[in-house]
Amino acid sequence: MAVTSTMGKAPAVKQPSGSGPRRVGGGLLDPRQLLKSTPDAVRKLNPFTLWRNPVMFIVEIGSVFTTILAIGHSTVFSWLIAIWLWLTVLFANLAEAVAEGRGKAQADALRRAKTDTVARRLVDWKPGATTLREEQVPAPQLQQNDFVVVEAGQTIPGDGDVVEGIASVDESAITGESAPVIRESGGDRSAVTGGTKVLSDRIVVRITQKPGESFIDRMIALVEGANRQKTPNEIALNILLAALTIIFLLAVATLQPLAIFSKGVQAFAPDTQALDSHGVTGIVLVSLVVCLIPTTIGALLSAIGIAGMDRLVQRNVLAMSGRAVEAAGDVNTLLLDKTGTITLGNRQASEFVPVEGVTPTELADAAQLSSLADETPEGRSVVVFAKAEYGLRERTAGELTQATWVPFTAQTRMSGVDIAEARGGSDGSAEGVRLRSVRKGAAAAVMKWVRDNGGHPSDEVGPIVDGISASGGTPLVVAEWVEGQPARALGVIHLKDVVKQGMRERFDEMRRMGIRTVMITGDNPLTARAIAEEAGVDDFLAEAKPEDKMALIKKEQEGGKLVAMTGDGTNDAPALAQADVGVAMNTGTSAAKEAGNMVDLDSDPTKLIEIVEIGKQLLITRGALTTFSIANDIAKYFAIIPAMFAAIYPGLDTLNIMRLHSPTSAILSAVIFNAIIIVALIPLALRGVRYRPSTASAMLRRNLWIYGIGGIIAPFIGIKIIDLIIMSIPGIS
Amino acid sequence: MSPTAAGVIFIASLVVVLALVYKPLGDYMYRVVSRTKHSVVERGIYRVIGVNPDGEQTWGVYARSVLAFSVISILFLYLFQRVQSHLWLSLGFTNVTPSLSWNTAVSFVTNTNWQAYSGESTMGHLVQMAGLAVQNFVSAAVGISVAVALVRGFARRRTNQLGNFWVDLVRISIRILLPMAVISAIVLIAGGAIQNLSAGHDITTVAGATQHVTGGPVASQEVIKELGTNGGGFYNANSAHPFENPASWTNWLEVFLLLVISFSLPRTFGRMVGSNKQGYAIVSAMAIMAVGSIVVLNVLQGMHHGTVPQAVGAATEGTESRFGVLNSATFAGATTLTSTGAVDSFHDSYTSLGGAIPMANMMLGEVAPGGTGSGLYGILILAVITVFVAGLMVGRTPEYLGKKIGAREVKFASLYILTTPTLVLVGAAFAMALGGERASMLNTGAHGLSEVLYAFTSASNNNGSAFAGIGVNTTWYNTALGLAMLLGRFLPIVFVMGLAGSLAKQKPVPESTGTLKTHQPLFVGMLVGVTLVVVLLTYLPALALGPLAEGVH
Repeated sequence: MAVTSTMGKAPAVKQPSGSGPRRVGGGLLDPRQLLKSTPDAVRKLNPFTLWRNPVMFIVEIGSVFTTILAIGHSTVFSWLIAIWLWLTVLFANLAEAVAEGRGKAQADALRRAKTDTVARRLVDWKPGATTLREEQVPAPQLQQNDFVVVEAGQTIPGDGDVVEGIASVDESAITGESAPVIRESGGDRSAVTGGTKVLSDRIVVRITQKPGESFIDRMIALVEGANRQKTPNEIALNILLAALTIIFLLAVATLQPLAIFSKGVQAFAPDTQALDSHGVTGIVLVSLVVCLIPTTIGALLSAIGIAGMDRLVQRNVLAMSGRAVEAAGDVNTLLLDKTGTITLGNRQASEFVPVEGVTPTELADAAQLSSLADETPEGRSVVVFAKAEYGLRERTAGELTQATWVPFTAQTRMSGVDIAEARGGSDGSAEGVRLRSVRKGAAAAVMKWVRDNGGHPSDEVGPIVDGISASGGTPLVVAEWVEGQPARALGVIHLKDVVKQGMRERFDEMRRMGIRTVMITGDNPLTARAIAEEAGVDDFLAEAKPEDKMALIKKEQEGGKLVAMTGDGTNDAPALAQADVGVAMNTGTSAAKEAGNMVDLDSDPTKLIEIVEIGKQLLITRGALTTFSIANDIAKYFAIIPAMFAAIYPGLDTLNIMRLHSPTSAILSAVIFNAIIIVALIPLALRGVRYRPSTASAMLRRNLWIYGIGGIIAPFIGIKIIDLIIMSIPGIS
Repeated sequence: MSPTAAGVIFIASLVVVLALVYKPLGDYMYRVVSRTKHSVVERGIYRVIGVNPDGEQTWGVYARSVLAFSVISILFLYLFQRVQSHLWLSLGFTNVTPSLSWNTAVSFVTNTNWQAYSGESTMGHLVQMAGLAVQNFVSAAVGISVAVALVRGFARRRTNQLGNFWVDLVRISIRILLPMAVISAIVLIAGGAIQNLSAGHDITTVAGATQHVTGGPVASQEVIKELGTNGGGFYNANSAHPFENPASWTNWLEVFLLLVISFSLPRTFGRMVGSNKQGYAIVSAMAIMAVGSIVVLNVLQGMHHGTVPQAVGAATEGTESRFGVLNSATFAGATTLTSTGAVDSFHDSYTSLGGAIPMANMMLGEVAPGGTGSGLYGILILAVITVFVAGLMVGRTPEYLGKKIGAREVKFASLYILTTPTLVLVGAAFAMALGGERASMLNTGAHGLSEVLYAFTSASNNNGSAFAGIGVNTTWYNTALGLAMLLGRFLPIVFVMGLAGSLAKQKPVPESTGTLKTHQPLFVGMLVGVTLVVVLLTYLPALALGPLAEGVH
């Protein structure tokens, strides 16, 4: 295993000026969704479910308490406070209900795919068996390791692996992608999902799921958030919020004796709706508690988590746990397979290098001619390149009547053509006389062919071949024999891996986020290095075997790093299980899908990058709204403290810097602001705080400005505006 | 030189000298707590107390050792006072009452040095020297030990070993505190502080009355009182007494001594975690809050709109004319920013808002720079909370110095920041709710409330300074304040040790550009912000009815 750093050699690349910041976002919030979710929000007022959210549970207790007080001592002020406290709880429930509602729509679509099918179970199926007894079994009764046959037009009854046959399958029920996919036995494209439909041919499937634990069942549970468990960071944040809540409860509860004492010594001061000889009134105490405890983040916390999972689902990624999504945000090292992820699937011709005395066009012509019979992707790329770069019309094999095509085989390692001239034989039969031959193929094979045909490969070819090899490319030599002359090499075709567009920019982004990218490839170190440098990955692992991948993951984890990887094959399964974030491709084997903690339904390995971004965004949203929630308290103090105590200590009215209309309007404004801000922030909670890959310092500075400083200023403005609106309500002024 | 210029030079020279001492003293303390060799004297001590100095302790054992040592110290100090009349050098004083003995024992063992008595009329020389002064050393050493154990939690990886409390205690006492105390005592004696075992002299005053002036081992106790951020004066007048604090320059020296260890410990911390930048970040946060607070206090004391302060140019009431208003304010700031509590002027007599500053300093939780050791662990706890919120905002599981701040760490940090506000607010609320206890207030209204709030803030934060103006030598106050001191000291220590244990177990996370940089100004600013906001939000309602009600016009 050779892990070699290419960092530092890769030239710094400037961000293309045209590419604006990409943004991980979610769908927009439809106002109708708010209405639709209202019944759910009301249902969530049930204290037996609400107690799981301690912050909002306290608000609900406060709402009940103020309602009782309002009934006992009915004033406009007390009723308005009671109503707005209830609304505060309701808004929090609404946030959660809206977030869940989006998942529910998805779940309903999935349920439709889960129609009850009847499976055709094969009894005692063995590979190659021809005569088999078939029995009809309802799909839910299928056991693991049952074998079922599915034919065109039928629905696959359960998750499993194809063990016989090949078929095109419509997986749109789960992936939303209407183009059919090919599933075949053996290899890494054998997994099929229950509920999907076979469009053509016939396959035998070995069932791998346990009854009732199908992929679709798990998907439904996931998108509905049925058994959503709190993630580690969420638990930690809840502890901090609980501590803050206790502090504020204490600060308010212990205020009462101080207030009674202060009122006692300033007995001349008139009683107000906020403070009388029994101290601060119950209504105002509850208002103060509710304004101070972190209701904003408390109300939105679960919605943020649900919406984060939902954003993944929208990108066709299923995370088996919230923990995995969070881990994605923490990833230090990203392992990416070269083929299909970093490069396009196959090598392509990128250059024709002629030897001296041969024009590039001559070489291109010969290269094209010799590749017409080469049906490999590499061969086709030569024809395409000759057309694109040299304007050579694509000739079809039938065009040259006197040609004998030599197709590419793994044994000869070359392809080409022999062109003959028809000469009338004495007996009238046409006899072809070979006039010209062209060959193209692996350097060693073609060189041997040149020598066999009397030629001496020129000294120039050798250095060109070596040069291309050294640069990580694959050289193909083109040679020609013309009647009467010894064979000669015309030049070399440079085949190289084509790095997907935009990969370098993405890896640069990763680097800014502090994530190291490692390319895994079976290529030799030389080739691997060249591609690694071109793609801009930090490291590579060349000549990698599955065990090497596993060893690399373990080594990284030993150093305290979190590793993410994608995989599809059965031999990837152990590594997927070992990685902190293992994204299995939906096209892959069931073993891989079982081992990973996420499944990408689009089977797009680059999606790992988006998963990381969503994980980070989830944490940022929680942190930002926590900061915002706490920063809000400062303004609320400036509203409520003078409202409570300016009657006994007129000097404290100096703190009323918002110049709020009256003590009651000030307290009510703070309570209303506290409730409305929850609704106002629901879209942000669902969408997530804007995230751009950048350094930690830049990100912290930005978020501190917006949510810290903004969180201090916003309520001053908001409370003042609300005060201006409500000051005219009779009974408040 | 104008008083303002003198005040500025006083503060600026302190900043400069503390900055000069930061590195050498911090490095020296690092070597003391990190070296593996034991001196002959230390080996002797370990043999006597039966400790294997090379065996390390888990967080639980370390915490239990701290508690055991402190319980025994309290019992010893309690008995010592209860039988003092039978001992030498008692100067004829009677045995101290049970409630006062309890209060004083707890007070000195918890590094609080709240004094509900007058030293010169209650305690004999032996109790002062062998009881109180000894605790001044070891209680300071306990604080530093716990801080060092916490830092080991950050610095070490995958272990449950956090050092040996007994070794830390002994080394810090005899390698750090003792030599520094001896040198400073000699300087102080040279400055005019007394050091004898005299029972005192009767002196005829200018007015013709007779006054008894007690002698005693004052200088030796004075220096450790400052150096160990203890604050318990030999005399009731504390550092305002000329035998304790003879001159203007000794006043500077005393302020310097009470700040020096707490301000240098961040260097020790930086060395231990292998990044001096982290030390600079912590000390910067401490310094920003300290300088800010002291400057504000100077301004409030120097320019008050009251009639008398206007007439004489500053709020002179309750200050010593030898030191002046501004330098007294600096002393008051420093003594409340550290958990010292020594005073050279009377905070009760400060301007209403000026009096709020010492109280707010203590409410910060004694972190700027705080008590010896306790300041460092206090601010590290706040840093953990700050890292948690900031870390989320950069999109990663928060980590500080390579250690993840997860549920367990947040739990211990949250319990820590919950403890003192609970004690302060509940204590003050009870005192104000109970009619009898309210009667102890010498003032009524907002100022009376400030006195009670100050007393519980001082005790719970282990400061020990008094606002005065309140008669606290009653059974209720002695007991309640004693409990506040005890819980305010040892609950946080247990939580700190728990945090240290869970940090030490972790495998560090390697740093990357995605990691929150905890040594940059941005983080320092946020740490200061979090500290101030948490304090403001917790105490603002109570402060509104005390000093703010008096001072805002």
